Amino acid sequence: MLLTNLELVPGKRITKHLGLVQGSSVRAKHVGRDLMAGLKNIFGGELKGYTELLQESREEALNRMTQQAEAIGATAILNIRFSTSSIAQGAAELFAYGTAVVLE
Amino acid sequence: MNDLITLLILLALGYVFGQIAEKRHYKSIIKRERILRKLPVIAAKFPPAYRIPPNSFLVMGSVVISVDYFKRFIASLRNIIGGRVTSYELLIDRARREAILRMKEQAQQLGGTMVFNVKLETASISKGRKQTIGSVEVLAYGTALVKH
Repeated sequence: MLLTNLELVPGKRITKHLGLVQGSSVRAKHVGRDLMAGLKNIFGGELKGYTELLQESREEALNRMTQQAEAIGATAILNIRFSTSSIAQGAAELFAYGTAVVLE
Repeated sequence: MNDLITLLILLALGYVFGQIAEKRHYKSIIKRERILRKLPVIAAKFPPAYRIPPNSFLVMGSVVISVDYFKRFIASLRNIIGGRVTSYELLIDRARREAILRMKEQAQQLGGTMVFNVKLETASISKGRKQTIGSVEVLAYGTALVKH
């Protein structure tokens, strides 16, 4: 599966458009991480725990999108976009979407 | 009285450690930016036409950075008189540059020569009391072109 956020793939023709595919993941952080984040809020700096957490969930969103694309027989996903929203205190939603296509 | 002492201690701790963390971070950002200067990051949508088409990979980098207690206090004072909030400007600048650097590092590991169609996204994931911004997340993503 080829993933790209361009609208085309250099050197390859699109033979079929299969429409929008999407994947999302909602994660909450656990108390220990929240505690560390509370400390970091005083001292400043990178919140490594949160960075990892968001990375993991973004990968999961990507995986879900890829699975959906595989299920409909796509070989590539073009024009991928990410979006993040905090739906509640302590939980964030990571969302990925793109266009599934078949390349020649 | 006790509250005032706690506040002053927190402000002092935030100021000292915050300044150290910021200086150290900027030093490392500037150093790594110099190393990765050869790898251009381009916001254009369409790559140039190649005779031998390169492979493309999605690359991304993200970071969550928190502002220190002192700067948050200063920013809340700023809310009264208005004007530029330098402490948040610096926070977001650090986060963006760090995210782009991480994306570039991933592109370099894959053997990429440039990164196309770079998008930056900012989200404040945790909000403190009175909806003050505690930490900010920046995600940078794009398509790395890898020549055969």
